[in-house]
Amino acid sequence: MLSRTADNLYWLARYMERADCLARILDVTQRLAQLPAAYGGSTNEWRSALLTAGCADLFKQVHGEEATEQNVINFLAFAPENPSSIRNCFEIARTNARSVRTALTIEMWETINSAWLELKRYSTKNMTREELARFLSFVKETSLRFDGAAYRTMLRNDAFWFSRVGMYVERADNTARILDVKYHVLLPDSEHIGGPLDYFQWASILRSVSALTSFHWVYRESVKPWLVADLLILNAQMPRSLTSCYQNIARYLDDIAAYYGRQGSSQRLARTTLTRLGNSRMDDIFQTGLHEFIDGFVVENNRLGSFVTEQYLL
Amino acid sequence: MSVAFDEMTNADGSIRAAYTALAKWLNGVPPEVLDFRRKEAEFIFRRIGITFAVYGDSDAQERLIPFDIIPRILTGGEWGRLSKGLEQRTKALNLYIKDVYSKRDILKAGIVPEDLVYQNPVFRPEMNGQKVPHDLYVHIAGIDVVRVDAETFYVLEDNARTPSGVSYMLENREIMMRLFPELFADNRVAPVENYTDELLATLKSLAPVTANNDPVVVVLTPGIFNSAYYEHSFLADKLGVELVEGRDLFIRNDVVYMRTTEGPKRVDVIYRRLDDDFLDPLAFRPDSALGVPGLMSAYNAGNVTLTNAVGTGVADDKAVYSYMPDIIRFYLGEEPLLKNVPTWRCREADHLKYVLDHLNELVVKEVHGSGGYGMLIGPRADKAQIELFRAKLKQDPTNFIAQPTLALSTCPTFVDEGIAPRHVDLRPFVLTGSDRVRIVPGGLTRVALEAGSLVVNSSQGGGTKDTWVLEES
Repeated sequence: MLSRTADNLYWLARYMERADCLARILDVTQRLAQLPAAYGGSTNEWRSALLTAGCADLFKQVHGEEATEQNVINFLAFAPENPSSIRNCFEIARTNARSVRTALTIEMWETINSAWLELKRYSTKNMTREELARFLSFVKETSLRFDGAAYRTMLRNDAFWFSRVGMYVERADNTARILDVKYHVLLPDSEHIGGPLDYFQWASILRSVSALTSFHWVYRESVKPWLVADLLILNAQMPRSLTSCYQNIARYLDDIAAYYGRQGSSQRLARTTLTRLGNSRMDDIFQTGLHEFIDGFVVENNRLGSFVTEQYLL
Repeated sequence: MSVAFDEMTNADGSIRAAYTALAKWLNGVPPEVLDFRRKEAEFIFRRIGITFAVYGDSDAQERLIPFDIIPRILTGGEWGRLSKGLEQRTKALNLYIKDVYSKRDILKAGIVPEDLVYQNPVFRPEMNGQKVPHDLYVHIAGIDVVRVDAETFYVLEDNARTPSGVSYMLENREIMMRLFPELFADNRVAPVENYTDELLATLKSLAPVTANNDPVVVVLTPGIFNSAYYEHSFLADKLGVELVEGRDLFIRNDVVYMRTTEGPKRVDVIYRRLDDDFLDPLAFRPDSALGVPGLMSAYNAGNVTLTNAVGTGVADDKAVYSYMPDIIRFYLGEEPLLKNVPTWRCREADHLKYVLDHLNELVVKEVHGSGGYGMLIGPRADKAQIELFRAKLKQDPTNFIAQPTLALSTCPTFVDEGIAPRHVDLRPFVLTGSDRVRIVPGGLTRVALEAGSLVVNSSQGGGTKDTWVLEES
């Protein structure tokens, strides 16, 4: 397969996943911001959404200090000047999809193309909450459709594997960042972990990765910080956990290597990271510092991205 | 202008044989149903993304070519005559180009004037004495044909470079079969879906001798901003070959390779949808970022086939067109089966005089123009436009030809007012491989959607129709 095609597929999947993640962040932020202060609602929720999405610096350059509901929503969902806004994610995904039409199934193309057409129908200025809710569910449904279309219709060959690798690399990055930012924002002033205030905050993290119900099924306990971290980092049952993402990354990279008959640096790094996750225990992670652990993970995850690029996509 | 020949209805109101079943069906179907199906067709086209870009129109970066749901019908007999003529014409085109870049017999014989070749901006001196695989140059030709009465077809234009539109021919049929299955039960319509198989067979047959048994074919596109990008990706998909851009290819030791996830892979045949100028920055335009540096040297070394060959433009401008009947006679010793539209060459003094005296009756075209741009339609022009062209003609007569305004045939077309006759043309696609010539029955019918308009070009509001060739029962 053409290197450019593989590159386009890889990034196409990343941008679709990123759009989904942003929609979830906005969804949860709005939910939290509506809570009365006594339950953890606070005015800095919108700032924390920017941190989670990883574009606080860019936002500051464009809008200055003041992060309001309207301008953060606009920035994360629609702003043309934010390269990772949902709109831009869809735009880039469609441009990529057009360049690799031949590598996509008709179902995948139609999902992307109709989402792109639909996107034009949402007015960006002063959306009501109801409109926003509709918009966010449209984004989430699009990513479900895309994922489902890919899973159900693509040939199981390198095209499929590269797009899966892209999706899981992006997902791992998103999960790690959601966890890190929330943890960072929450922990310093959480004197009484497990209190009502804290409960809603941690529940919101789970909600943002649509894992609140899963949490209860897995732990059968009330929401606690270390259990949330365990679920999102180590628990292989949880499809957004770092471990699960790396199981998939390692597997699909191995499929590629077997298909081409050659292993390389990306396969080795994926296996190393997976092994490290497998050998970690939550106690140790908290002991050495969750933030440090996640920081290290994000760096390694980025490194994997560049290994994949060097090995296949140039 | 005389009244145009209508392909469905005779002057006395009777229906022509080919259209009998269709006319009956049209009579019985309520306009709401047609309207509904038309909207459905548009929705499908847009969702699949069958769009084209119009240069210089930034608002509508991606537009749909309007699709008319009423098919255009030819009988098997009509098509048989037409396709023989198309094959003859394409053969002559190939022999002419070969001659122009080698012995130049036709120039020596004084049939085509030398300056028409040597001063032609698309003449490629790089091709002089250059051997091309199988001595073929125009592997994919789009010959534009118009009809003026029950018997007569004229060739309007030869497209010997990178003719486009075939994806519309194929998609139009798909849509029609989806929307109107009942029509296909009543009419025995020759299929066109085998076009891409025929194209692949043609391309493979053209591989250089250095290629192995199963040559690697690619489609080369300028990229997603090209107006015909949809078609490029559509064809690559149906052919089952890679759609490459210039940056995906590189040359090593005069061999073309593409960059793949498994390392370099050799390429044997390039179906290029990129103009000569942009193919190789080392040989042609140095500022081209779309091409492949060194491609021409691989081509000259005989290690890759380019379809169409480099330099075919020398056969398809409108001045050369006027010599086509003589070109056919010269190489094939046959009378042309398809007529040329009578053409005045403004380069010749007596022709120029006639044209200047009759500007209000004639269509004046630029020799290298295309897409319906830069032309004067005398009977529809106002005084200012005519004077503008008079000045242009006097200043640079060699740049123009003129033709009578033909009464192009009309076909019933579903427009806002209902079903009404609209002018049409036809672009069949002729494939020339090293083994044989292949033409799928039909082609792309373009229709001028505005009442009375003769401009069928999609960039100027033209639409398309499905084209049926009925099998003889």
